[in-house]
Amino acid sequence: MTRREAFTKGMKAGIPIALGYFAVSFSLGIAARNVGLTPFQGFLASLLNSASAGEYALFSLIGAGASFLELVFVTIVANGRYFLMGCALGQKFSEDTPLIHRFGVGFYITDEIFSLSVSLPGQLNPFVNYGAIAVAVPSWAVGTALGVIAGNLLPARLVSALSVALFGMFIACFVPPAKKNRVLLFAIPVCFLVSYIASRMPYIGELSEGTRAVILTVVIATALAFVFPVKDEEEAEG
Amino acid sequence: MNAYIYIIGMCLITACIRILPLLLFRRPVKNRFLRSFFFYVPYVTLAVMTFPAIVHATASPVAGAIALIAGLVLAWIGANMITVSAACCVLVFILELFI
Repeated sequence: MTRREAFTKGMKAGIPIALGYFAVSFSLGIAARNVGLTPFQGFLASLLNSASAGEYALFSLIGAGASFLELVFVTIVANGRYFLMGCALGQKFSEDTPLIHRFGVGFYITDEIFSLSVSLPGQLNPFVNYGAIAVAVPSWAVGTALGVIAGNLLPARLVSALSVALFGMFIACFVPPAKKNRVLLFAIPVCFLVSYIASRMPYIGELSEGTRAVILTVVIATALAFVFPVKDEEEAEG
Repeated sequence: MNAYIYIIGMCLITACIRILPLLLFRRPVKNRFLRSFFFYVPYVTLAVMTFPAIVHATASPVAGAIALIAGLVLAWIGANMITVSAACCVLVFILELFI
């Protein structure tokens, strides 16, 4: 696959991401508007951060006039899951990929672009990521700016429907490998169940979704790795 | 503080969180436990982020739940990412016309 083909492939895969991003970022823009940000500031925040929960937190910090220390703490809590995703993606890079691509791919690890990278077999091709980023990130940034400008012009019904686009992507990512791997087939319903219970539990249920995802991922993946260590063939597929 | 300081501050901290592990794990990990852990992380994290969040994302929880089931079935029978994603959206839109 040439770089151009990889980039085009990424752009195509980026279309559903862009649609979902537009809906989510629009409501994010409304949050930015509420704390007095300009459309440009909303655009910049989304272009540079590309993190939904993180940006919601960012806007409330701005609204509250929080200290820099709080900003550091909240950012680590809201965006900590990207560290785990980076650990997993690091294993998919071929060793001869130039170092610069680790910066390029790393800067735009989002839940959805990560999910795309995971769903593609074999080693990671940075140009697929760049193609998806080129379609999805502008949609995210422009959607935020439009949210600041237009407030609640987009019909609520449409926002509601578009908001499942991102979950549809997640599902399309974890179901096919679960069909081939018995441990995953067993693990996915367990993840659903544990995640549901955790969301209803005292203390852990009150945490942000991002933080809860980090805790649950570490706990469940550790347990799976202990009980069902992978063989070499499985690792090659993943 | 100026809003730009917050925006750029979060950007720099997040960039460290995202890029650091890619620089730390530059060679394939040999340890069997860590390899297994990294194999399971993506699927576990996507699964815990999907449920129950999808049910809370839609205006009607029932529409979200049906979209989840439809998405699982479509992905199981081999529909690609765009199809699954679009089908979930269309289904929620139609269901919420009636709910």
